[in-house]
Amino acid sequence: MVKWYPTEDVQKVRVKRANKPARLRGGVSPGQILILLAGKHQGKRVAFLKQLESGLLLVTGPYKLNGVPLKRVPQAYTVPTSTKIDISGSDFSKVTDAYFAKEKENTKKTEEAFFAPKKEKKPFSDAKKAMQKSVDAGIVNKVADPVVKKYLKTKFRLRNGMFPHTLKF
Amino acid sequence: MAQTRFVEIGRVAYVNFGPESGKLCVIVDVVDAKRALVDGPVTGVVRQQMPFSRISLTEFVLPIKRNQTSANVAKSFDEHEIVKKWGNSHAGKHVASNVRRASLTDFERFKLMAAQKKKSLLIKRELKKIKPKH
Repeated sequence: MVKWYPTEDVQKVRVKRANKPARLRGGVSPGQILILLAGKHQGKRVAFLKQLESGLLLVTGPYKLNGVPLKRVPQAYTVPTSTKIDISGSDFSKVTDAYFAKEKENTKKTEEAFFAPKKEKKPFSDAKKAMQKSVDAGIVNKVADPVVKKYLKTKFRLRNGMFPHTLKF
Repeated sequence: MAQTRFVEIGRVAYVNFGPESGKLCVIVDVVDAKRALVDGPVTGVVRQQMPFSRISLTEFVLPIKRNQTSANVAKSFDEHEIVKKWGNSHAGKHVASNVRRASLTDFERFKLMAAQKKKSLLIKRELKKIKPKH
């Protein structure tokens, strides 16, 4: 029997499912130390704070130790290690996806604006600096072991004979 | 240097690769120029043929007869405390340290690197004292 086709093509209505946020993989829990794999902070070991609503992971260096600020990182660009630090003393509940939204600039698309010299970069907001300080204070003070501090300061590096698929993290 | 360790009945061997890798076994009989019959009832090696290419001979020899039963091989193995002696031997320690290295976590590897750097710095300092200046 030949399949019956309608005379006019009818679009099949597909039900759009809401995207679920990415599953937290590798048994990662808050306070775990992750290694960043891409971007400016490649190889740096950072503390994982929480998973945001978008599915991205919120991490912080802490900034004083390795220069990594409060940052959103996709899970695929991290490697979780088995080391954990105590982040219970830190309050980052106010940091959400909205915190990272870019400020909207009202630029009119006029000829003058196009040829005008580029405006200076906006300095990093003081409010964000304060948030960084308060979040990090709860973490850095609790790291008692100087070796762990040095560990967070040092970048991860592959050397001769180190093969990622055989390494235990 | 001439061969000091020979393939003989009772020679304890360490399996390098294959499904039984990492275990000790005893040569119980020789099949041909390339294979031996090995048994390791204490260490979990089922009595089987084993090519010589897969094993390394250790310094230990058990006084067993050819085709000795598994039970008696086990008895002799325990009597001579081979597992303990292997653990204390140079080769045994090397194997154990390799196993430990492979199981290090990222943090432990970092601590090892820091310790290694400290050690080499101390050695370099002492060496500089002894070395004649140009």
